[in-house]
Amino acid sequence: MNKVVKIDIDGLECIANSDQYIIEAARENGIYIPTLCNYPGVKPKGGCRICTVRVNGKQMTACTTPVSDGMRIENNTEELINLRKSIVELLLVEGNHFCPSCEKSGNCELQALAYRFGIMAPRFPYLFPVRKVDASHPKIIKDQNRCILCKRCIRAITDEKGRSVFAYRRRSSRVEVVVDSKLGKQLTDELAQKAMDVCPVGSILVKEKGFITPIGERKYDKNPIGSDIENITITKR
Amino acid sequence: MKNTITKTIAKYHKDKTRLMDILIDTQEELGYIPKEAISQIAEDLHMSEVDVEQTISFYHFFSFQPTGKYSIYLNNSVVAVMMGRKEVASTFEQELGIKFGQVTADGLAGLFETSCIGMNDQEPAAIINNMVFTRLTPFRVKEIVRDIKEGKPVVDMFRASFGDGKNASELIRSVVSNNIRKIGPVLDPFYKPGEAIKKIIKMKPEEVIEEIKRSSIRGRGGAGFPTGLKWEFCRKIEADKKYIFCNADEGEPGTFKDRVILTELPRLIMEGMVVAGYAVGATEGILYIRFEYKYLERYLENILQKAREKNYLGKDIGGKKGFNFDIRIQFGAGAYVCGEESALIESAEGKRGEPRDRPPFPVRRGYFDMPTVVNNVETLCSAVKVILNGGEWYKSFGTTESTGTKLLSISGDCRFPGVYEVDWGFSINDMLEMVGAVNSEVQAVQVGGPSGALIGPNEFNRILGYEDLATGGSLIIFGKHRDLLTDVVLNFTEFFIEESCGSCSTCRIVPTILMKKLKKILNARGVAQDIEDMTEWGKILRASRCGLGQTAANPILSSIKNFRHLYEEKVQKNKTFDSGFDLNAAVLESCEATNRIPNI
Amino acid sequence: MSKPIVATTSLAGCFGCHMSVLDIDDRILELIELVEFNKSPINDIKKFTKKCDIGLIEGGCANSENVHVLKDFREHCKILISLGECAIMGGLPAMRNGIPVRECLEEAYLNGLTVAGNTGKIIPNDPELPMLLDKVYPCHEVVKIDYFLPGCPPRADLIWDALVALITGDEMKLPYEVIKFD
Repeated sequence: MNKVVKIDIDGLECIANSDQYIIEAARENGIYIPTLCNYPGVKPKGGCRICTVRVNGKQMTACTTPVSDGMRIENNTEELINLRKSIVELLLVEGNHFCPSCEKSGNCELQALAYRFGIMAPRFPYLFPVRKVDASHPKIIKDQNRCILCKRCIRAITDEKGRSVFAYRRRSSRVEVVVDSKLGKQLTDELAQKAMDVCPVGSILVKEKGFITPIGERKYDKNPIGSDIENITITKR
Repeated sequence: MKNTITKTIAKYHKDKTRLMDILIDTQEELGYIPKEAISQIAEDLHMSEVDVEQTISFYHFFSFQPTGKYSIYLNNSVVAVMMGRKEVASTFEQELGIKFGQVTADGLAGLFETSCIGMNDQEPAAIINNMVFTRLTPFRVKEIVRDIKEGKPVVDMFRASFGDGKNASELIRSVVSNNIRKIGPVLDPFYKPGEAIKKIIKMKPEEVIEEIKRSSIRGRGGAGFPTGLKWEFCRKIEADKKYIFCNADEGEPGTFKDRVILTELPRLIMEGMVVAGYAVGATEGILYIRFEYKYLERYLENILQKAREKNYLGKDIGGKKGFNFDIRIQFGAGAYVCGEESALIESAEGKRGEPRDRPPFPVRRGYFDMPTVVNNVETLCSAVKVILNGGEWYKSFGTTESTGTKLLSISGDCRFPGVYEVDWGFSINDMLEMVGAVNSEVQAVQVGGPSGALIGPNEFNRILGYEDLATGGSLIIFGKHRDLLTDVVLNFTEFFIEESCGSCSTCRIVPTILMKKLKKILNARGVAQDIEDMTEWGKILRASRCGLGQTAANPILSSIKNFRHLYEEKVQKNKTFDSGFDLNAAVLESCEATNRIPNI
Repeated sequence: MSKPIVATTSLAGCFGCHMSVLDIDDRILELIELVEFNKSPINDIKKFTKKCDIGLIEGGCANSENVHVLKDFREHCKILISLGECAIMGGLPAMRNGIPVRECLEEAYLNGLTVAGNTGKIIPNDPELPMLLDKVYPCHEVVKIDYFLPGCPPRADLIWDALVALITGDEMKLPYEVIKFD
C-alpha cells in the first residue's frame, strides 16, 4: 500500500512515498545523506553506518529505515557530521588506502566523502593490516587492501542461478570479502564490469584496463559527492 | 566421505536453511569441514562454495582444517584467568608439545582458545570433543593428556564423580555442577510439567496474553521488553505461520543460569514455549542452544520425545483440537552475537549470525520473514509460573518496575559462586553478603557482563532492576588484589573484538583502536589526552546496528567513568603528548635480520 | 618584525612534495620576501642554525635516520606540517608494511630479479647505515604534527595558501579542488 507521506528533514517539510527508505526520499527532495554501503537497486544492509540520522531523536540508518508519516529526521547536525567523519576516518585507517596508486582515485566514494568532509588526516592510528591481492580470476582483481567490507558486491553480483559470486569470510576485524574460486572464473565481461562499478572503492578492478579518464577529470575531482543531488531542482517539496 | 555427506544432506532434506545442522554434523563426523565436503554441500544445496564458506568461517567451532582427534577448547574468559588458567594453559602446551591454535603432528590433539563457555562458577574449564571438563588444574591436565595419548574415549576420562542433579543422569554424564544456591518460583524443584498447558487450553489465547501482561514481566535477556506486549504484537499480525524462539544462546561472559535451567528444568522451558505458541498462534518452536552446551543434546532430545508421547507437543496438544505445536533444537556453533535475537534467527536459517536491520522487528518479520517471538529461557520459564499462579501473584515479587524474580549467575572472588534466584530489587551489598564475599575486600562488581557496567563500592547500595541496574544476570566479583585494567578491561575488550560479526564498520574497527590506546596507557606511554580520546571515540559505537556493537566500548567507558583514578595513575603527568613510538622496538626486526646491534 | 623562518626536509619521500613547493611558480619570489629559509634542501643548509617557525616534512619514517631528523625538526620548529601522503600515511614506501623486514631485505639484496654481483650474499649492515624500522610510520605517529596537507604531491596552491595563512594569521582558504589525495 503505497501512499504519500510528509516527513521533516532538518526542518524542511518533504513529500515521500511510504514504500521509500529515508535515504531515497531525501534524495528525491534534493537532500543528500552520505552513504557508502547503499547502492540504488541493491537490497540495503546498514553496514557502513555513515547514513546514520536521528529519527524522532533515535539514531537510525537512513538506508534501512522506511519513512512514515510525520517522521522528524535530523541529518546535517554537528553531532552526525562528526560521526560520519569519524567513520570515514575509521575506514581510511582500517585498510591500506594509498590513493595515488589506485585506479579508482577520483572516482572513489570513500575518498570523495573524505574530500566532502574536508578530512586532511584521520584522527585514528593507522592499522596497516596485512592483506592480499587476489589476481587469480581471469576478469577481475580483488585488492583486499582497499576493501571497505560494504557488501555491495555480495548483494549485487550473482550468477544466472542466483548464486553469490562474492561473500564474507571470517568475522571480527579479520573479515574479508572473497571471490568464489569457481564462479570467479566464469564471470562474464558484463558482470565483471558491474562488480567494478558497484564497488565504491578500488577493491574490485577489471583487468587490463585503466586510467582511461585521466586524474583531474574524474567524477569527484571538481564537484563533491552528493552535489548532483543537492543541485537538482526540487519540484516535489 | 562422499557417502557420509550425502547422508547428512539427505537427513536435512537438501534444505539450505538447515546448513548449520549439516555443517555441525559434518564437523562432528570428520573433525573438520574439508574442501570436498564444501563442494558437495554447495552443489547439493544450489549455493556457491564461497557462500557455504561464509557460514563456516563465521563460527568458532567450525574448521577448514582438522582440529585433532581430541579437540580441546580452553576458555579464556576473565574468571578462568582469575582461577588459574595460565598454568593450566601452559601445562596443556607443554604436555602436548604444541601452542594454542595448533594440532599435534600425529593429528591426535588440537588446542584452541574459546570465549566464555558458561562455566564461570567452576573455572578453569575446557570443552574436549563436546564434553566439558571443569575446575582444571595442571595436575588434572596431565591426567587428561595421558588419557588422550592412550586413546581413551572422552567419557571415560572423567576421574571425579559426575556433577549434581541431572548432570549425573545416564543421558548427560557430565562433571558440570549446577551450584544452585537459592531457589525461588522459577527454580522451584516441585514443578509439575503439563499443569500450565492443561490450564491454558481452557483459556482463550488473548486471556493468556492478558495474564502475562498483568504480571508486568519483562524480557530476561537484558533488554527488558515487556513480554506480554511482544506476544500481543505477534498475536495481532496475520500470517500463515508464526514461530516461537527460545534463546538459550547465553554467551555473555559470566552467565550460566540458562545452562542450569536446561539441565534441571528443561520441561519448564518447553512448557513455556508451548504457552507462548498457544498465546501468539505459533505452530513451531525453536530452542536455540549455544554449541558449548552440546553435551546436553541427547538428554534434551529425549525429553522432547517424551513430551510428544505425552501429547504436550505435537498435534491437538492436551486434547485441544487444532492446537498444534512442536519444538526442534537448533545448536549454534560458537558466536556470541547470535544471542542477539535477529542474529539468532539468521543463524537458525543457516546463515552467518549477523544481526538484521530493524525495523522490521522479528515479531513482524522474523524466521523465514514470518512473525516470530524470541524469548529468553528464563522469561519463558517465568511465564509458566505466571500462568499457574496468576499475574497478581507474580507481582508480589520484586519491585513495581521490575516484577518477579531474577536468576543471577554469580562468579569471581566469592566463596559460593553459582546460580541464585532473588527478587528484583536486591542490592549489590546484599548480593555480596549472600555469596560469601567480604565487602571490604571487594574492589568492583561487573554487572551484566562485559556489555554492562563495572561498579565500585560507592555504588554497592544500588539495586538490581530495570529502574537501576538492569542485567541479564551475570555478576562477576573482583577482589582488591585484581588488576582491573589488565585482567578485566583488556580481556573484555579483546572479547568484543573477537565476537564482532564484522559487518558494521563501527564495531569492526573502534574496539581495536581503543585497545591500542588502552595498551599504550598500560605500557606507561599514555597521556591525559588518551583518556579523553577513548571516551570520545567510544561514543562512535552507539551508531552500530546491534547491542553487541553499541556496548563494545562499555568495559573501557564504564571503567573510565567509575575507576578513572586507575587510568590517571598510569598516564604521564609531565607530558601532554606521546605518540607511543618506540625506536628501540621498531629497529629490532631489521637489526636481527642484518646481524646488527642497535645503535641508537 | 623579523621574517618567519621555514625549514623543510624529505624523509622517506621522493622529493615530489618539494617539487610542488617550487611549483608555486613566480610566487616563490613573493615567498622569499615573506619568509627566511633555514635547514632545507632548497638552500642546502644542512643543520639548524636557529629556532624556526614552520617545518615542512615530506615523507614518512622508514629508518632510524628519518626518526632522528624528524625529532630534530620537532625540537627546532614551532609548527610542524606533514606535507603529502607519505608524511601523512606512509605513502608508497609503506606498501612494504605488510611484508616482514627480513623478506624485504632479502628480496632487495639477495633474491630479487635485478640483484647482480652480490657474490658475498651480504645484506648491508655497516654500523654507519640507518637501521630500517619494522614498518614505515606516518610522521604524526612519531612526533606531534600540527597540520596536514594531503596530496601526492599536495597541490602548489594548497601549499601556498597554507603557508600564507600561517604567516599572516589569516584563515586558510580551502577550495574543493585543492585538497586531493592523489
